[in-house]
Amino acid sequence: MATDVITPKPMVMADLKGKVDPDWCPGCGDYGVLAAVQKALVELQIPKHEVVTISGIGCSSNFPGFIDTYGMHTLHGRSLAVASGMKLANHAMTVLVTGGDGDGFGIGGNHFMHTMRRNIDLLYIVMDNQIYGLTTGQTSPTSRIGMKTKSMPFGNIEGPVNPISLALAAGATFVARGFSADQKHLTELIKRGIEHKGFSFIDVFSPCVTYNHDNTFQWFRPRVKKLEDNPDYDHTDWQAAMEKSLLWGDEIPIGLFFERTDVPPLHEAEPVLKAGPLIQQEIRLPADIAKSFVDELM
Amino acid sequence: MRQSFAVAIGGAAGQGVATPGDIFAKIFSRRGLHLNAYNAYQSIIRGGHTFLIVRTGPEPVSNMGDRLDLLIPLNQDTMDRHLSLLGPGAACLYNADQIHPGTAAAGVQLCAIPVSQLADITKNKVAQNTLAIGAALSMMGVGFPTLETALAEQFGKKDQAVIDENVKVAKAGYDYATENFKPFAWPLPMTEKRYAVLSGNTALAMGGAAAGVKFYCAYPMSPSTGVLHWMAAHARKAGIMVRQVEDEIGVINMAIGAAQAGVRAMCATSGGGFALMSEGLGLSAQAEIPIVVIDCQRAGPSTGVPTKTEQGDLWQMLGAAFGDYPRIIAAPLDIGDCFKLIPEIFNLADRFQCPGIVLCDLLLSEGRLSVDPSDLNFQTHIDRGEFITSNGVETHEEYKRYLITESGVSPRAIPGVPGFTHTVSSDEHDENGVLISDEFTNTAKRRAMMEKRMRKMAGIESSVAAPELLGPADADVTLIGWGSTYGVIEEARDLLRDEGISTNQLQIRWLVPLHGEAIVELLKKSRHTIIVENNYSGQFARYLRSETSFVPNGFIRKYDGEPFMPHHIVEAVKEQLAGKTSLSVPVHEIMV
Repeated sequence: MATDVITPKPMVMADLKGKVDPDWCPGCGDYGVLAAVQKALVELQIPKHEVVTISGIGCSSNFPGFIDTYGMHTLHGRSLAVASGMKLANHAMTVLVTGGDGDGFGIGGNHFMHTMRRNIDLLYIVMDNQIYGLTTGQTSPTSRIGMKTKSMPFGNIEGPVNPISLALAAGATFVARGFSADQKHLTELIKRGIEHKGFSFIDVFSPCVTYNHDNTFQWFRPRVKKLEDNPDYDHTDWQAAMEKSLLWGDEIPIGLFFERTDVPPLHEAEPVLKAGPLIQQEIRLPADIAKSFVDELM
Repeated sequence: MRQSFAVAIGGAAGQGVATPGDIFAKIFSRRGLHLNAYNAYQSIIRGGHTFLIVRTGPEPVSNMGDRLDLLIPLNQDTMDRHLSLLGPGAACLYNADQIHPGTAAAGVQLCAIPVSQLADITKNKVAQNTLAIGAALSMMGVGFPTLETALAEQFGKKDQAVIDENVKVAKAGYDYATENFKPFAWPLPMTEKRYAVLSGNTALAMGGAAAGVKFYCAYPMSPSTGVLHWMAAHARKAGIMVRQVEDEIGVINMAIGAAQAGVRAMCATSGGGFALMSEGLGLSAQAEIPIVVIDCQRAGPSTGVPTKTEQGDLWQMLGAAFGDYPRIIAAPLDIGDCFKLIPEIFNLADRFQCPGIVLCDLLLSEGRLSVDPSDLNFQTHIDRGEFITSNGVETHEEYKRYLITESGVSPRAIPGVPGFTHTVSSDEHDENGVLISDEFTNTAKRRAMMEKRMRKMAGIESSVAAPELLGPADADVTLIGWGSTYGVIEEARDLLRDEGISTNQLQIRWLVPLHGEAIVELLKKSRHTIIVENNYSGQFARYLRSETSFVPNGFIRKYDGEPFMPHHIVEAVKEQLAGKTSLSVPVHEIMV
């Protein structure tokens, strides 16, 4: 590839292929998420140089290397903090954040809560496999009670977090859940999440075929039920969303739990950005303003 | 000896120590006098003891000095603690209704103000403070209209009745002193100069604005919070995005995200917050994203003494984050230098795409100094380094973010530019950003990438001036300090010269890179070398030794939470020259 300057040709899936192929285990749920993200970008025709994909550390966090956008592969748990800085410094970019449940709800839990309350315009996709994969199979914050792992060989006795309820409580303005095996549904959720103005959270069941023998594709398939299939479900009703978020067992809802559009994203609420993206603003202070700062001290 | 005048105001937190301090500072600077203000305080919002020293004079005043000329105790505790500090010619102004003077030294003027006779204390709760200010200025030989103007500005946001009431009370104090107290032997002079008065934190923040910082984020932590306060108050006028973040881990990572977007990003904290940031520093170096982090040191370890000063974080800076990586560490020499250093370190961080660390301390951060306004230059040089912001339609070879170059610096494209998509990474990576931590692990590439990054240190070193000796080359003693001890060592040298001991001074501003060979070359000619620093273990002495094998003749250290006073250094040098010790730990006589 010599260059990829702007051309009138529409962007296709091949344009978004990363420099290397994913090194996930064969059958990993993350392949489905990668394909859905690429498909959503193609369908929305967002030029790839206007997209930044930012991740933390973990199997799923290798994601930015496998897609040809601007990318940042950061520290374990810190993707949302880095992405917040990126978006606020250049809100013309579409910022996607990708990672796993350990990265997002464990070590990165504090940033998760605060990024949601700030309503920063990011799409955060968590590839939730209820296990630590890259460290070879330990309990994660979403591991179910009783699950046996290398770190809890006699079964987990700690309750899991509920990412959907947590996001709703923290003030996320777009809260959804997808299933890696349902490409079409997931692609639609990702497109809506990108288009949503504010913080969008999609928790994606992305089974680990190597270390999680409890929450497998086969386990999820009969259980997941699309909220969109229920004509009475109102995704603008926060309480209804909270109730649905608590369902776990024979029926596990997927789809858009909640969306509200009346809260401005932080970059719109911030007066300093009225003049445009920070990166495009003049670096030097006007002389009269600089002088006024010195005069205050006289 | 330089002529100076020091006034100290003490009381409980919440008693209004700051306002008289502000008024004195304003009046001194408007008379064209230099000033230095240092507030010894405690981690308490109401109560306790706080003690502010404002020292002024026609020549630069770099520290609190050794002598108090006027003490204004706002409560009995302050009187009891500090009256003994006064010597002949000094005076103490106090509220005769509430405070009983102790026994003063000979030649000290005890000035009792009959507060309830001069003001209606039921209406004016701080009447004693205002009366004391009026009385003090009368004794200093300052005309009343100066005070009237200062009061009008101080209370300008309140209604006219408040201003009138304060002016009336101040006048009563002024007139009472004129009739009853002896004026100071040295009336405050006046010069044509006009100075800006600012804290180190304000200087650091303004230096950031001058450097073109567009993104500032922080978590509140004493003594760095003043930087956040200036930034927040001026954000809209300055066009700076300011964010208060959930913790310092979030702070540094948010700054890194903004920096990768292409803006200059800065954050400030103290030692504890810096500890949380250290993994992020490694990310900045590994992904080659320039940021500037300020550490305003306070007395540690752990929560330590949050409101007290120390130079105890040097080794934390030297060792912050695991692995070897290029970094820049600089310590400003005074409050004016806090402003000047920020654009300089940003230019280096940008050019060499690595983290820049500013090692400030509470003494500078929260102290205040008069600075010539022309030294606050906002038209400073800005160098963003090799920076690709647009490629137009030109074709180019495949872009390699981490291209191996002789300088170690690879041209940096920012997100949004067509044709330059790439991934920056905290994992080790190839020239094109592909991870070499997993299936592509490659020892030759890893070695080449380590060497590429570390080659930057040579470029940084040649961009930074080696330190120079101040004072006569053939002095009896060479005093070596770093950062904020600059001014107090300089004044101690003046005092030593008056006693017939000639000294010179080596003050280190750039800690990394150090210019070790140049330093050893200078020190080889010294007769007697002493390293002065505000910590327990001699952190700089140990660092200098580790880099150069240089061992000085002696050490002066202080780790009680308070800064050095000039006489501490004078007496230590004398006892070391007399062969009594090679390690002096001066005792702080002011009980704060």
